[in-house]
Amino acid sequence: MSWLRRIPGLGDPTLLGLMLLLTGLGIAMIYSAGQVEVPSVATGIWVRQLAWLCVAVIAFILASRVPLRFLEWFAPWLYGVSLGLLLLVLAIGTGPSGSWLELGPGRLQPAEIAKLGTIFMLVRLLGDKDEDFAGLSRLWKPVAVVAAPFALVLLQPDLGSALVFGFILIAALFWAGIPLVKIFLLVSPAVSLLLGFNWVVWGAWFVVLLVLLYYHRPFVLESVGVILANFAAGALTMPLWNSLLPYQQNRLLVFLDPEVDPRGSGWHLIQSKVAIGSGGLFGQGFASGPQKRLAFLPEQHTDFIFSVVGEELGFLGVAFFLGLFAWLLWRVLRIAMEASDDFGSGVTFCLFAVLFAHLVQNLGMTVGLLPITGLPLPLVSYGGSFLLLLYAGFGVIQRVASER
Amino acid sequence: MMMMDSQKVALRRQRGRIALLASGGLLLLLAGAFFRLQILSGSQYVLRSEENRLRAISVPAPRGTIYDRNGLVVAENIPGYVISVLPGPRDTIAATIDRLAGRLGISPEERLELIEKNRARPNEPLVLRDNAGFDQVAFIEERRPAFSRIVVEPRPRRLYPAGEAVAHMIGYVGEISEQELEAPRYEGYEPGRIIGKDGLEAQYEERLAGTPGVRYVEVNALGSIVREFDVGSGTPAVPGEDLELGIDLALQTLADSIFPEGMRGAVVAIDPWNGEVLLLYSHPTFDPNRFIGGIPLDLWSALRDDPDKPMLNRVSTATYPPGSTWKLIVSTVGMKTGDLNIRSYMPHVCTGGLSFGNRYFRCWNPRGHGGTDLSGAIKGSCNVYFYQAGQRIGLDAFTAGVQALGFGERTGIDLPFEIAGVFPESREYFDRRYGPRGWTESVVWNLAIGQGENHQSVLRQAVFYGALATGESPIRPHLARDENLAARRMPWSVGLAESQRHDLVDAMIRVANEPGGTAYSYRLQPWTMAGKTGTSQNPHGAPHSWFVGFAPARDPRIVIAAIIEQGHPDGTVSLAVPYASRLVGRYLESIGLPPEPGREPRVAAR
Repeated sequence: MSWLRRIPGLGDPTLLGLMLLLTGLGIAMIYSAGQVEVPSVATGIWVRQLAWLCVAVIAFILASRVPLRFLEWFAPWLYGVSLGLLLLVLAIGTGPSGSWLELGPGRLQPAEIAKLGTIFMLVRLLGDKDEDFAGLSRLWKPVAVVAAPFALVLLQPDLGSALVFGFILIAALFWAGIPLVKIFLLVSPAVSLLLGFNWVVWGAWFVVLLVLLYYHRPFVLESVGVILANFAAGALTMPLWNSLLPYQQNRLLVFLDPEVDPRGSGWHLIQSKVAIGSGGLFGQGFASGPQKRLAFLPEQHTDFIFSVVGEELGFLGVAFFLGLFAWLLWRVLRIAMEASDDFGSGVTFCLFAVLFAHLVQNLGMTVGLLPITGLPLPLVSYGGSFLLLLYAGFGVIQRVASER
Repeated sequence: MMMMDSQKVALRRQRGRIALLASGGLLLLLAGAFFRLQILSGSQYVLRSEENRLRAISVPAPRGTIYDRNGLVVAENIPGYVISVLPGPRDTIAATIDRLAGRLGISPEERLELIEKNRARPNEPLVLRDNAGFDQVAFIEERRPAFSRIVVEPRPRRLYPAGEAVAHMIGYVGEISEQELEAPRYEGYEPGRIIGKDGLEAQYEERLAGTPGVRYVEVNALGSIVREFDVGSGTPAVPGEDLELGIDLALQTLADSIFPEGMRGAVVAIDPWNGEVLLLYSHPTFDPNRFIGGIPLDLWSALRDDPDKPMLNRVSTATYPPGSTWKLIVSTVGMKTGDLNIRSYMPHVCTGGLSFGNRYFRCWNPRGHGGTDLSGAIKGSCNVYFYQAGQRIGLDAFTAGVQALGFGERTGIDLPFEIAGVFPESREYFDRRYGPRGWTESVVWNLAIGQGENHQSVLRQAVFYGALATGESPIRPHLARDENLAARRMPWSVGLAESQRHDLVDAMIRVANEPGGTAYSYRLQPWTMAGKTGTSQNPHGAPHSWFVGFAPARDPRIVIAAIIEQGHPDGTVSLAVPYASRLVGRYLESIGLPPEPGREPRVAAR
């Protein structure tokens, strides 16, 4: 295998193998998702995914060839371009939530490119030797870097992708060595936002917050700021909830009880669980899951591709996929830990976080552990932009691995 | 941010470990969730998946065929098709109905009704047409992909070849209604089932219906049928039992075709020895075939609003004053009380009427019958004689005697909605109705000639005359043949000595065979018929015309009771007599009864 290592920019052939294997399995599942008895957009779409794969492979090779220093220098430009594209998509976006840019033969989701741009920008900022992140208030810059794409994506509106940006921020700060308590205080308003539904729980949360502040003893102004932010967030909960579109509210509600609206919003979740559950240990056989075949399973080639895996390949297939993902994640995490370059390490860890967030959110959604947010399953779900982002990201990771 | 290299390595190791633990833990949690879903509750979801995609479709059972006494078909099944829509979103179903409305002839009102039905039972297939023709089925089958939610199933369709002639007896079938679904009788019936709605179809629903089978089809999420599921997985339908009637279908159709033009009325004929109903016909009638597959609204309202009430079964669900046919009941009661025998004369001869207190009671014949004994009074139907006979028996003995002959109860015929007649059970009846001072003993005069508080069904009169004809306890009349006659025997008989009974039969023979008898003009030619005419007063118009009788008089094979409403206008013939006479003649002829010696051969039916 040593000849593989001699390929410039290829630092981890095992990771490459895992990536290609999961992509291949993904295309097989997309093919299966198209095997239905009802006319469906999913039929034959695996060919398109194959075409996207070719583009993604080019992106992978290019990314692996680019020196990390160039990427670091290039970060603000990429970030700027992504923000520009996000603004553009708000103006002329197409597709279900207006998140697509029509681009000749294909469509581009700027949110995916923005993920990469934000990661580069954020890691570059956190690695800047002139910056000091000792105080909580000093974190305003990284927060601002993420807040811009977060807000733009939220406006699309795409809550799921927006949350991924929030998760990128936490991951980047975490990897940069910011104390956990500080990160915790930083995200505390978000917790308040969730708990604001119930005054009692929210009150209890404030007690926890005060105890933390007492022990951590940040600047007084910062403490006041955290308290005020939490207060504001909690108070905003209801107005914000009411400003959500009904379908967004329903998605969150049916997460609590899918049978509330079994024919409407609960449908996706119920059918997904039925599909996965009926797979049993061995599954119904590749390409022949009745739930999918008879179109009970919605979005079976994108968000709910793993329900097809569950139905057709059974728990054994699910465990195999989970194992591959775990192995892949572990390889990525190890590269982040072993990287000699700070920028490369940070970018790798953020990509690890993005992969992980998508994986957990997508699988959690298919089994009803998490609300439906429409995040695709990395490498497996149909979707060109995300595949492109992932392959570019994996290219960078390979580069990082080769430079360690 | 400034940091030493060793610090950095330690930090990354620490943070990496945290990330590893957190992500590893979450992945295990996810694996656990899949394990729970697929392994622990997998079987439950397998079931759910099958419920999802399999739709049970009921396979209708063919109803039993109904035959007459000679094996002729009264009700049968012919191939028909049911068109229904599979359950699904309301809008989709409404759109499907709209697309087919023109082709299936669904009116806007009917469309609303269908949508309402779907709202009540959103998870059941909605039947659009259960008597679709081949052209409608072909229209759908040619456009299969466009009508993927539509199910076309063959379902046997009911046909009554004799149609109008058997309407009141056979009833009709139709789709079970919401209310009927709730009724205990129809427990286990599913919406869309065809049930007997009236007549024999309703009476013998349990025997005729059979048990529907079930087949499964696989549907997709849109509710479209993808394919038939494993053929072996359903259950086949069990056809209903056949039913054999005592009815003579030829006689029945004759009764329909010779019914006096433009009149209303009814006729019933019974075999007096076993209670088998040979003929049961009511006029005006309707064609039950038009009710199959949903009664068109206009037809329904036309039938309901028709002043002639064609839906009314005038044999068992209507009562009339029995008029002079009641005189045989008076005679029987009087003979039993000892107040009368066949030679009894009354104090006042008939001069066309008789005074009671300040009232004058008329005889039908204003010229009077002169002095007659009971036999003569029956033959000439003398009211004056029977006023006095009623008075001689007395109100108390009279009402008690009538009760003992089964009047006031239903006959128990195997048809729904039979009503009992009206007759005062004792003098309390009048006290209740008019107050103790509000009536006089003269009520017995009216009762004695079959008027007043006296309403009997045509069927009830036939049963009594049958009992008189045989001298036995009558068998409850029944349409469906029944071997167990003992269980159907009524608890009473006329209770006369044979000689007394023969005397009454002889008097009835005189009615139909002697000049001066009220039915002499239409006497049966080769056989002796015994009977009694009646003319019952009708406040709404001309009197009703009755005839009740049996033949042959000495060896009765058929008892007949017929009424023609307003069939006896003044100065004309009584319409019931020739009608009944002709039916009896045709029946006796059809069973091959040899002519009685000494009687002229039958010429032609009039």
